[in-house]
Amino acid sequence: MASKPIEVTDVAKAFGDVKAIDGISLAVEQGEMFGLIGHNGAGKSTLFKLMLGLIAPSAGQIRLHGALSSGPDFRQMRRRIGYLPESFVAYDNLSGIEVLHLFADLKKVPRAACAEVLARVGLAGAAARRVHGYSKGMRQRLGFAQVLLGKPDLIFLDEPTNGLDPEGIHDFYAILREVQSQGATIVITSHILAEIQGRVDRLVMLDSGRIAAQGSLDQLRAQMVLPSQVQARLQPGHGVDFEAAFAHLPGVQLERDAHGVRIGCPAVHKVAVLAVLAGWGAAVQDIVMHEPSLEELFLGYGGKHAGAH
Amino acid sequence: MLARIDWSQVRILGSKEFRDRIRNRWVLAVALIFALFALAIAYLGTAQQGEVGFRGIDVTIASLVSLVIYLVPLIALVLGYDAIVGERERGSLELLLSMPITRLEILLGKYLGLTAALAVSTVLGFGAGLLPLASELGARDLFHYAGFVGSAILMGMAFLSLSLMVSVIALDRVRASGVTIALWFFFVLVFDLLLMGALVLSQGSLGSGVFAALLMLNPSDIFRLLNMFSSEQVQTMYGLATVMPDSLTNPLALGSIMLAWIVAPFLFATWRFK
Repeated sequence: MASKPIEVTDVAKAFGDVKAIDGISLAVEQGEMFGLIGHNGAGKSTLFKLMLGLIAPSAGQIRLHGALSSGPDFRQMRRRIGYLPESFVAYDNLSGIEVLHLFADLKKVPRAACAEVLARVGLAGAAARRVHGYSKGMRQRLGFAQVLLGKPDLIFLDEPTNGLDPEGIHDFYAILREVQSQGATIVITSHILAEIQGRVDRLVMLDSGRIAAQGSLDQLRAQMVLPSQVQARLQPGHGVDFEAAFAHLPGVQLERDAHGVRIGCPAVHKVAVLAVLAGWGAAVQDIVMHEPSLEELFLGYGGKHAGAH
Repeated sequence: MLARIDWSQVRILGSKEFRDRIRNRWVLAVALIFALFALAIAYLGTAQQGEVGFRGIDVTIASLVSLVIYLVPLIALVLGYDAIVGERERGSLELLLSMPITRLEILLGKYLGLTAALAVSTVLGFGAGLLPLASELGARDLFHYAGFVGSAILMGMAFLSLSLMVSVIALDRVRASGVTIALWFFFVLVFDLLLMGALVLSQGSLGSGVFAALLMLNPSDIFRLLNMFSSEQVQTMYGLATVMPDSLTNPLALGSIMLAWIVAPFLFATWRFK
């Protein structure tokens, strides 16, 4: 049976008395875009470093395509890895193309590939300029360019869109989708949850070094049971008695506003709520639905955990 | 351990370090300093005796040793102190470690690249400094001078190894620079004073063997001895030849101890860089 791109088994990492990672197990499938989210200090960076073999676990094991991250053969595996740290720091005294030449040499990738990846991230015109004069966004693009060197099949991205403008973020995800479609497995962290919620296939929420939740966004929504929000905009003078209309649906919460009503309802009552609104006929001008966002789920899990203490 | 080293990775990193020092004109600046001092000392080294001009290679080397013993350790320590801690502090070390290169290869690449920069500037500087006197030098003179330059490079390598060790251990660049300056003070200024103090306090009970062995604890003293015992004229000038046991006047023995000073801090740095 072919080994999975990433297999984390009962991994723990302690720094002195502090347990940064506490018994984590997860597996990432081939070609998957996998999100890793959590508060500051939740253990994301430590888990990243463990997966990259930069630090050794105190317990458990991590395998990338079957190679043990702390094993002697991991050097070969590193040639198949692209990694973008949270703050990409290049060598300021070198030009963009020289920085890529250095990393291409270390990865044993032909230098001819460097100009191509620089063009791909939109830095062809700045290739000969010293990195010292690059903006933060340009540095991040250069960091992404070194990730793409050698067409890695395992990509680790730590806050990859730091410093990128909206156009840069759009371009970044367009390239990432292309790379993913070619079979690369991607692990990504971001504080901007709205940015990754529609892009990751599955994700893990970390809290105090443990997995608070994992699954696809839909699975997390189902686990969390957060209310869906329905906003109904009504004709002036509609004369609808909201409380009476929803009295038969337990758990529905109503909040009037200047234009109509906002209805919070459990997912199981969503269709029933829409049926009630349909019954109001011409009184309804517009309906807008909101599913719980990743941020709301994240806060929900955080709140649940905090409540447990 | 050596069999597992991918020397091409060492060469890539070493070349980068060397090119960086060429590019920022570090090599040129240090070579110029050495050349100027070599030239000045060759011509003016005997000015205190009321004469100027070239008085022979042995006298020139003896004067240069006194200067190099201060300068080369300082330059080597400054060269290496931020090799690792600097990368760590700037944030580039993590990315470097994620590449297919081991920590030992990183240390070797950094060390050899910086050694190359130090060696090239030393050879160029002291070579150029003596160029105007080339017509007055015989083969024996050139041999002695080459020995002096080689021993200066070895001393530089020992201090570079010490500074690399500090760079691995230090938590930040400020502390690393503080410790390297302290090391320079200790080895170049304080150590010999302590030794002399111990000699005086012991009222001569400290045997010449013990005294000589204690000198081996300082790479700059080994450098001084290497150059003293390469020339009889210089031995006579220093007048210390009689206190040294024969076993420690052999350039090969002294060179081996200097080699230990190069290897030991590097091995310690390798052990700590985990």
